[in-house]
Amino acid sequence: MAKDKQHQLDIVTKPQFIDGSALKIPMLQILAEDGTIRKGAEQPEMDKELALKIFDTMQFIRILDERMIAAQRQGRISFYLSSLGEEAASIGSAAALSDDDMIMGQYREQGALAFRGFTVEQFMNQLFSNERDLGKGRQMPVHYGCAELNFMTIASPLATQIPQATGYAYGQKMDKSGNCTICYFGEGAASEGDFHAALNMAAVYKVPAIFFCRNNGYAISTPSQGEQYAGDGIAPRGVAYGMKTIRVDGNDLFAVYKATQMARKLAVEENEPVLIEGMSYRMAGHSTSDDPTGYRTREEEDAWRAKDPVVRFQKWLQNQGWISEDEAQKNYDEKKAAVLAALKSAETVPVPHIDEIIEDVYDTPPKHLKKQLEALKAHIRKYPEAYPKTASRIDGGDK
Amino acid sequence: MAKMNLLQAINNALDIAMAKSDKVYSFGEDTGAFGGVFRATSGLTEKYGRHRNFNTPLVEQGILGFANGLASQGSYAVAEIQFGDYIFPAFDQIVNESAKFRYRSGDEFNVGGLTIRTPYGGGIAGGHYHSQSPEAYFAHTPGLKIVMPRNPYMAKGLLLSAIFDKNPVLFMEPKRLYRASVGEVPEEEYTLELGKADVVKEGKDITVLAWGAQVEMAEKAAEMAAKDGIDSEVIDLVSILPWDVDTVAESVRKTGRLVITQEAPITGGFASEVAATIQDECFLYLESPIARVCGLDTPYPLSHEKEYFVDHLKVYEAIKASMTY
Repeated sequence: MAKDKQHQLDIVTKPQFIDGSALKIPMLQILAEDGTIRKGAEQPEMDKELALKIFDTMQFIRILDERMIAAQRQGRISFYLSSLGEEAASIGSAAALSDDDMIMGQYREQGALAFRGFTVEQFMNQLFSNERDLGKGRQMPVHYGCAELNFMTIASPLATQIPQATGYAYGQKMDKSGNCTICYFGEGAASEGDFHAALNMAAVYKVPAIFFCRNNGYAISTPSQGEQYAGDGIAPRGVAYGMKTIRVDGNDLFAVYKATQMARKLAVEENEPVLIEGMSYRMAGHSTSDDPTGYRTREEEDAWRAKDPVVRFQKWLQNQGWISEDEAQKNYDEKKAAVLAALKSAETVPVPHIDEIIEDVYDTPPKHLKKQLEALKAHIRKYPEAYPKTASRIDGGDK
Repeated sequence: MAKMNLLQAINNALDIAMAKSDKVYSFGEDTGAFGGVFRATSGLTEKYGRHRNFNTPLVEQGILGFANGLASQGSYAVAEIQFGDYIFPAFDQIVNESAKFRYRSGDEFNVGGLTIRTPYGGGIAGGHYHSQSPEAYFAHTPGLKIVMPRNPYMAKGLLLSAIFDKNPVLFMEPKRLYRASVGEVPEEEYTLELGKADVVKEGKDITVLAWGAQVEMAEKAAEMAAKDGIDSEVIDLVSILPWDVDTVAESVRKTGRLVITQEAPITGGFASEVAATIQDECFLYLESPIARVCGLDTPYPLSHEKEYFVDHLKVYEAIKASMTY
């Protein structure tokens, strides 16, 4: 075939359109829905300790999600975002990383954070925006962050973390740190410009980044297929940007784990960024502010319930003889008690002192902010009953 | 000391910063080996390699997203946006991310190492999209610092401060003066304090306040007014955020009159913010209304640029009007 030398292209002499659906990317599945290893699949190596830690985290997150949705309904917290149904995606991928790899999440990756060791008390302090919250009570519930655990603070604007992951990974590469950055986002966020900017730049600069798309079927109420995108999901976009890409069953702990493990090797050893698309389903609403019955059917939900990632992994663990149903139940009950105790304790902790309102806008508060704080405090002192959360200790010095 | 134009001073500051710390990275559209469309990053790739000074794909939101991530990792990210007019695709990354990074995380993370360099301003026949002065949009955003130098000496010292400042800084370079403004600049490293206004010329009758390229118009107008016997105090605000209220207020308490001039449209411009604050600080000292001499509330025109431009004559007329109020 004739060649165009400048662009290294084959030349054709008849018009040829490539069909938009020409690239169909298959989905890796290792653990079948019945909890057995699929025929022909190779189960990734995983010792009992890690397998039980993963399951432990899955159980904990499920309890936390369920309990905090209830707490929101009771008016005890303002807002919540559940990760129900997507536990394997965040926990399985986090388990394949090194603890000093950076995690940049969207807002449905509490599983990854819990796997890193964020305690139930730390979760609760953030959810109740109290003075022990690492984020100093400044963001809505679920916007976790922890420098010690290399988990970047969550921000509400969608997809902004994706090009940031490219930049963070560039710094890791330049520092020869031997680490990578994993960046989570949904298939809806992948419509944002930041997604495209990020993947293109990551491929151009060859940074050690793993872009993990949790394709959970919905962006609030908008279904992915046909309304969010017309093509074959998110994965082909990685190929278009010149990036190694894989699609996995996001409810299959082993598929997620194996793909992320291999992606990490590519990222860290060869500076190859990787796109992973995990196919899953958001079993809960988008947040406590919407009701899924308004935009999807019970039958659809039931079909996905049969693919439950936690049940599936538990079956495998039981088949291994690594946990029994009774043990699993006992663990569940213990965790539930711990969650309830932490919840009760966190809600009695006061909000941060009012002086914190001007901290961290800059590294040190400039003069105009100090002046504004003094004016605010004078006002609060005048009307203490209108500002009960801060008035009582405005001059207490127990900041 | 060496004679440098404003571009050379900026290039020199970048050179010094990159030599000082190998964690300083400079990047933007065409800023690699080519050195940028204005040549501000000339020679940096040769000297520090293509991983320290490099081209980005053509995507401003990506440049700022990347820069935020790099800065959050502990690097000094110096991102160039080719024209201030093209900064808006990156508005979200700057306003919602750079500015709030430290606050929202409770200081768990920050992007203090971020500096955004961008040429701004008119007078170069650039039409709508190569002439704007967008500082006021960003001045409404707590967490950012905004700096606008007026000459090569200020540019170098302020840029070195900006790069190593512990907060994200938007550094807006007056492109009309890139080559037009030439002055003595020390060759070694020095810094100038951010947030501090500079009294360019002392005077007792009226205060004329400007920033960036507009300081030149304020100075020219003051010279004209001097011939009428009016002794103007000319102040360069230097930093838009946080800004030096004390220096301006002290001057106005002395002179009793204030003319503020900016290139940008008058409505919602930063001159309005200064006017509001100064009337609050100096109400009983004012002898005449605070005057704003600004661009029209139109897009930046091309064929009528000369008429639109806030030149020294317009500032001079405002000084006279204030004196005879």
